[in-house]
Amino acid sequence: MKYQHKQIAKSKLKSRTIKDKAIRVLVVLLSVVTISPIVLIIFKLIEKGYKQISFDFIMKTPPNSYEAMTALANGELIPGGIANGITGTLLMMVAAAAMAIPVGVVTGIYLYENPGKFMANLTRNISDILQGVPSIVLGLIAYIWVVKGITNGYSALAGSVSLAIMMLPMIVRSTEETLKMIPVTIKEAALALGVPYYKVILKVLIPTGFSGLLTGILLGISRVLGETAPLMLTALGSTIINLDITKPTSAVPLLIWEFYNDPNMVGLIWSSSLLLMAIVLSLNLISKQIAARTK
Amino acid sequence: MNSDKITKVILLFSSFIILFVAGGMVFSLVKGAIPAFKTFGAGFVFSNTWNPTQGSENYGALPFIAGTVITSVTALLISLPLSFSASLFLGEYYRGTRMAKVLGTMVDLLAGIPSIVYGLWGFYVLRPFLVELGLPNQGFGVFTASIILAIMIIPYATSLSNEIIMMVPNELKEAAYSLGATKSEVVFNVIVPSARSGIIAGYILSFGRALGETMAVTMLIGNANVIPDGFFSTGNTMASVIANQFGEADGLKLSSLIAIGLLLFLITGVINAVGKFIIKKLN
Amino acid sequence: MNDNIKQIKDPVLSIRNLSVSYDKGKYAVKDVSVDIKRNSVTAIMGPSGCGKSTLLRAINRMHELYENIETTGTLILNGKDITNMPTIQLRRMAGMVFQRPNPFPTMSIYDNVIAGYKLNGISLKRSEKDEIVERSLRDVTLWDEVKDTLYKKGTFLSGGQQQRLCIARALAFDPEVILLDEPTSALDPIATAKIEDLLVTLKENYTIILVTHNMSQAARISDYSLFMYMGELVEYGKTKDMFTKPRDRRTEEYLTGKFG
Repeated sequence: MKYQHKQIAKSKLKSRTIKDKAIRVLVVLLSVVTISPIVLIIFKLIEKGYKQISFDFIMKTPPNSYEAMTALANGELIPGGIANGITGTLLMMVAAAAMAIPVGVVTGIYLYENPGKFMANLTRNISDILQGVPSIVLGLIAYIWVVKGITNGYSALAGSVSLAIMMLPMIVRSTEETLKMIPVTIKEAALALGVPYYKVILKVLIPTGFSGLLTGILLGISRVLGETAPLMLTALGSTIINLDITKPTSAVPLLIWEFYNDPNMVGLIWSSSLLLMAIVLSLNLISKQIAARTK
Repeated sequence: MNSDKITKVILLFSSFIILFVAGGMVFSLVKGAIPAFKTFGAGFVFSNTWNPTQGSENYGALPFIAGTVITSVTALLISLPLSFSASLFLGEYYRGTRMAKVLGTMVDLLAGIPSIVYGLWGFYVLRPFLVELGLPNQGFGVFTASIILAIMIIPYATSLSNEIIMMVPNELKEAAYSLGATKSEVVFNVIVPSARSGIIAGYILSFGRALGETMAVTMLIGNANVIPDGFFSTGNTMASVIANQFGEADGLKLSSLIAIGLLLFLITGVINAVGKFIIKKLN
Repeated sequence: MNDNIKQIKDPVLSIRNLSVSYDKGKYAVKDVSVDIKRNSVTAIMGPSGCGKSTLLRAINRMHELYENIETTGTLILNGKDITNMPTIQLRRMAGMVFQRPNPFPTMSIYDNVIAGYKLNGISLKRSEKDEIVERSLRDVTLWDEVKDTLYKKGTFLSGGQQQRLCIARALAFDPEVILLDEPTSALDPIATAKIEDLLVTLKENYTIILVTHNMSQAARISDYSLFMYMGELVEYGKTKDMFTKPRDRRTEEYLTGKFG
């Protein structure tokens, strides 16, 4: 039984092999193109920003526009730094974490303990939807709830609330996933010893899943650290270091935005971005390390 | 026994908080948007005007809806071949190799770059480059914004597609190889069809992400409150108009911005729900 | 060992000094040389880990999909040296059926049968395709069971039917040999019996090489048997002879159940 297709097939051999190789080359090429921006961006930030980084940069507040203009005219580095942004970011991150972590972890535990229940599925779905809400909309919400409703004016609290809502779904999900990976027998062994439920959670589940929980939290923080849009509607910004949560405060991304809009201060955007990126990427890498370690 | 019950109640209460927050969000958005809808009616969604002058205020959402959709769709189209190739690289061609680890890490890093940094890079590096290539309007516009947007959403589609591709059972691939197929034939005839819904879900989710992006788009789209009439014209998106015009907004203007926020919330909500639904069906 | 080779006239497949190693130095198959008789059912048997699947998969060079596996030796199929032939050409000459039925889930039954053609980019006229599909499905006695549901996806079929579909898919290409890797170990006894009967009828037009961990299966349906142990070909000959008067002590111990 000889079919003529075997002859056709043979002649196509070369073209199929060439096509196969060509596709592979294309895949590799496009993949390289895909990641090229990150290389370009990091290089640009380092190239333009490293000169400005110094101890002062972290400790001092930015100069005013006039001082910056003078420095530029003299060909000097713009003096001052982003201390107000750093403290503001820290303040809001701590407040956001204080709100999001307890609620997120506890909700994650709830979801883990009640798989299949209607409430749990509803919560999980809502949490997923919440994760997809654009950050600017969260800023609007925090504006309505906090700026208008609580602090009667822009405030760090409003900023924290918007960031907290952003972090919440991530922490919920990673908590549930982490706990699901703990072998059920560990929980059962503890319960079988007569340990009360809350102690099983606090003394067995959470410590066992600690690195997973930590990873989720760190990822949540690194994700939220660079957010600008919601803060524009809530924390507003400030030229001084402010630790009062009911008052407006600066943040590193906000400062970058202010520098960007001021022709005299524009030079500062690179170093600020470099610092911001360094922190975000470090957190990212650290949490990946922790995650890899536990696998 | 008692402490167990209390624990259960606390757990339940905590999940209520999420429902509360979500419900509260919808409530506040709707409440804030009512004045605008009362004044302009449903036509708000289709109205083309944006006039903040006192005395003859008139606001409409259409330019921003158009801008959002056009930039997001364009971004999705641009990102498609790139993220598809990257997910094939990671999930099949170089799966498990060191190169894949490196590429995978770099794709993750793409996801970690803050929006404002993308905006800066787009403004200071990409835009002048495009201007040199001949782009009008100083390089501002839908096209530039879409490119940056595409770069930003690549990691989301890539990591999801990659996971789905890796889940295609080895025996199917072996069956195809045993029939004499080349690697790319196996990829496009067996792996991709098997992974199709997951791949599509990944793109839907990254589309949802693109819809809500604010900073990078604001810095590149030109902030013209008109419907863009071409790829290279300027325009505005829902997210960026809120960020831009929020300044001292109150009264009707504020309500209009909130109404736009509500629309954005609904659109992204639906898109994300569809994407998540498809993924759920897969599992 | 060399008497294996002298006995077979006009073998369809000749294997010479085949060795398969992984991770540098660990051998799964050591220096196997054997001729396979045309139009026979040849069983490869042996205890777990003896290298029987590895040997089978070396024939259509499936190992080349995996980077850490090295194969040396010569393979001659129907007089042609296939050791270095492009795999996409060679694999059309040897059809393979796997342990667990693996029809392509996104394709209909019809498309599954001619998947080999589609994947190889061979376009056929509709009438040619119809003819191949019907012939292949008839050859595996599946035609009457599925002729009205050809365009449905194959996943609703029973395990035995799916496996027959996979055999049809391998047959559609009219290969020189059909390689089956424990094809019935995932099936129930009735389906197993059906497939065993099928293999016996197929040998009229094809050569069947079958890896099995089930001695009785080998005894039931094979004409020739290879016994492998720890990567080596211990014994090869007519099945009847091997089972009644095994030449090697290891063969005898395996057949009498001293080790599994």
